[in-house]
Amino acid sequence: MARDSQAALVALNRFGFGARGGASGDLVNAASDPRGFVKAELARPVGVLLEAPGLQSTPQLGQAAFAYQDQVKQAREAAKTAAPTEAPAPPADPKPDNQLRRNLSLNTVMTEIAGQRAEAKPAADSKPADTAMKADGMQPNAAAPPTAAKPAQPLNVIQKTFRAEALARLQRAVMVDCGFTERLVVFWSNHFCISASKGELARMWAGAFEREAIRPHVLGRFADMLKAVEQHPAMLFFLDNQQSLGPDSRAGQNRKRGLNENLAREIMELHTLGVGGGYIQEDVTSLARIITGWTFAGRKGQIGAPGSFAFNANAHQPGPQVLLGKTYDATGLAQGEAALADIARHPSTANFIATKFVRHFVADDPPPALVARLRDVFVKTDGDLKALATALVDSDEAWKAPLTKMRSPYDFLIASGRLLARVPEDPGFYLNSLNLLGQPLWTPAGPNGFPDTTAAWAAPEGMKLRLDIASQMGARLGPNIDPLDLLEFAAGDAASTETRKTIERAESRQQALALLLMSPELQRR
Amino acid sequence: MVDCVENRLLTSRRGLLLGGASFAAWAYLPKFASAADGRDPRLVVVILRGALDGLATVAPVGDPDYAGLHGSIALAVDGAHPATGLDGFFALHPAMPEFARMYRDQHAAVIHAVATPYRDRSHFDGQDVLESGYAGPGRVQSGWLNRALEALPRGERVSSGLAIGPTTPLVLRGSAPTVGWAPVALPQADDDTAMRLVDLYRHRDPALASALSQGLQLEKAASGDDMKPKPGNQVAQMRQVARGAAKLMAADDGPRIAALAFDGWDTHANEGGPVGRLAFLLGGLDGALAEFESGLGDRWRDTVVIVATEFGRTARINGTDGTDHGTGTIALLAGGAVKGGRVISDWPGLKPANLFEARDLKPTTDLRCVIKGVLQGQFSLSDRVLSETVFPDSAGARPMKGLVI
Repeated sequence: MARDSQAALVALNRFGFGARGGASGDLVNAASDPRGFVKAELARPVGVLLEAPGLQSTPQLGQAAFAYQDQVKQAREAAKTAAPTEAPAPPADPKPDNQLRRNLSLNTVMTEIAGQRAEAKPAADSKPADTAMKADGMQPNAAAPPTAAKPAQPLNVIQKTFRAEALARLQRAVMVDCGFTERLVVFWSNHFCISASKGELARMWAGAFEREAIRPHVLGRFADMLKAVEQHPAMLFFLDNQQSLGPDSRAGQNRKRGLNENLAREIMELHTLGVGGGYIQEDVTSLARIITGWTFAGRKGQIGAPGSFAFNANAHQPGPQVLLGKTYDATGLAQGEAALADIARHPSTANFIATKFVRHFVADDPPPALVARLRDVFVKTDGDLKALATALVDSDEAWKAPLTKMRSPYDFLIASGRLLARVPEDPGFYLNSLNLLGQPLWTPAGPNGFPDTTAAWAAPEGMKLRLDIASQMGARLGPNIDPLDLLEFAAGDAASTETRKTIERAESRQQALALLLMSPELQRR
Repeated sequence: MVDCVENRLLTSRRGLLLGGASFAAWAYLPKFASAADGRDPRLVVVILRGALDGLATVAPVGDPDYAGLHGSIALAVDGAHPATGLDGFFALHPAMPEFARMYRDQHAAVIHAVATPYRDRSHFDGQDVLESGYAGPGRVQSGWLNRALEALPRGERVSSGLAIGPTTPLVLRGSAPTVGWAPVALPQADDDTAMRLVDLYRHRDPALASALSQGLQLEKAASGDDMKPKPGNQVAQMRQVARGAAKLMAADDGPRIAALAFDGWDTHANEGGPVGRLAFLLGGLDGALAEFESGLGDRWRDTVVIVATEFGRTARINGTDGTDHGTGTIALLAGGAVKGGRVISDWPGLKPANLFEARDLKPTTDLRCVIKGVLQGQFSLSDRVLSETVFPDSAGARPMKGLVI
């Protein structure tokens, strides 16, 4: 039984989002047939799709964003006309403090720095807490999540959209059975990441990008996902391709503008071949030329429905191009599609993807034999991602490797929400916590996505912040939840004696819950 | 909370926790035999992640090919936003008046056409080389600054006021203990809960025990108080982190050797010339340098700030009024201990034949020579330590002499 519980932990934590609390029976089900429990979701590809009332398509969202931007512009111009002499206030620029700092101790300095921020302190006690958990029966005011001290302003359409997309994703993750396919979505979404911080369109499209370009192919073919991603307006916007013009194209000639190799480089470096995958600078430039004209239709809709992918032949570099030693004839859009199809099939891509996949699910130092096997599966099946996932679950290594990986902040928050059986009704708590823990939703700092190593997520300050967040969750725990029951749901007899004792001996139910959420059983996967 | 994502803290290019807004430092004071002379050297390493366009920051306006290559974003010493002439050949971006003043006061210097040994164009590998100090990518266990610390005589520990860095940048990662600070806001878990958890980890998960107990060392003065950055743009955050860092480093028991990282320099499109996106970021960097100057007070006299980036950008602008990944770029030095007022460069020229791979500013100075020169000037590290331990296998890159007063 102990062995089964251990396998159940692998099924639930390594592959899934952790056991749900309440009457789910997840741990028992996972223990009775660990592999079957994980693979059950692979048999339901349609279950990976995410549809919720109010979630719109990329063109619809693009048009809404354009309309919003037009409104803002009009309002600004109206204000300018009304008060033509009023210049915008310059940003506050406090006078440098030239006071000498002799004999100042570090403690004093820390106090001073803290004091300076006091005026910006959120009114945590006076403002109603975020409703995320309160609505589900947790004690509402014991500790508010971090909130901004801004007066409530109505959300604009971009903020509303982002939150609605986030909520749909969070709810799915908290409710889904095992969570393996959702974990796959998160993996691929991070592999092909965009960042909402790029601008309003990126924020507007972040959720739709994942729903449209990632989810349909998570159990499909890599080549199809690659094409969907590189033709998605969000990616074209994120990596500047809508600005890239063939130097000899009509638009390039007329506008005296030309190539931007940002997307082309990241396609090869981050999405497919990987650094050292056999391409050189000329290939980057060549691919950049090949995908000139890959853009999205703007607000005027001259080349298509506003906000939809469009191939702008006027911006496309004419002529054949040589990429990775192969010549691609001038066939317009098809030139780039042929190039992507070949890159998807390149041996370096198989190796890069297999390595990253195993690193994510199994170990920071991926077992070479397992990587080799998955690489072969990728090659033989022409990039069948369902076959790739199945081979991972079928492997011995994935079940034998110790649970040493650290849950990412997203994984940790979702696992906590599942165990507490709280379906979020508002994304605020999750979004705030993700920001604090360094994994802001759909907003990695660069096109390489969030890190995927234990070292990145088990950093000292990160651990401390996790504990602070776990304490907040504990502080809002309702009286009808027994942390020892939750430990049973989460780990059963695979829980260590020390963890059980630590929870039993806690001075309060709230403290017990914080300790449970922070226990190695809940943190490692 | 209107839109928390709008208020997110800076995250670094490498995506570590709060990286771009954090500050990390050596946990010890260096102990020098020469302390009696009253000199108390300080070193700040600022990493600009994303690849700074050196030709747009310190423009070779005297090079006949510059204006043509940099096209619409080229700086000029005349016009509405004139660049600040530095020496008749180079001119400084107008968004950097503080650096210009330091340069005039001979407390700032520029090294131009500089690069690490890395010659490819991946940000991530380039940053690894820049920060690890190894000649090639893939060595990410420790950074050159950390290995330099290991070679320094270790004095008192800095006051416990700082935790281990949340996201120590690679340059400062390694076996020498570090501390850090990042502006965050969150009600804190109580000590008792924390101690119970540390105890559990000690029995079940020593690695987490170590991480958490280090994280908990954040002092009482910081805990419970709100240290969230005010809502503001990236530039405000750069200033704010520098201001906090400078105050910490000014304290007598504060850290002496530290690193920061600022993100966002990857200007592929619409980079802007004298005004625009790069100008905005350079204004932030300039403000951060000014914060160090004012915050360090009379300790600025003994300070060197090194500003470095993983590589440069193309000499010719691309088709979208930006620049793609390149090679040679600049490094900046600022501080009272800098023998400044100079642009140090073996200028390669911008003729097509002189460009690296016909596209980038050709590097003529190894960045390691510059850094070694500063480390030697500030901390008297030997040539051997510098070329074997700090920058392994770099004997050919001799420390540049005379950078530090």
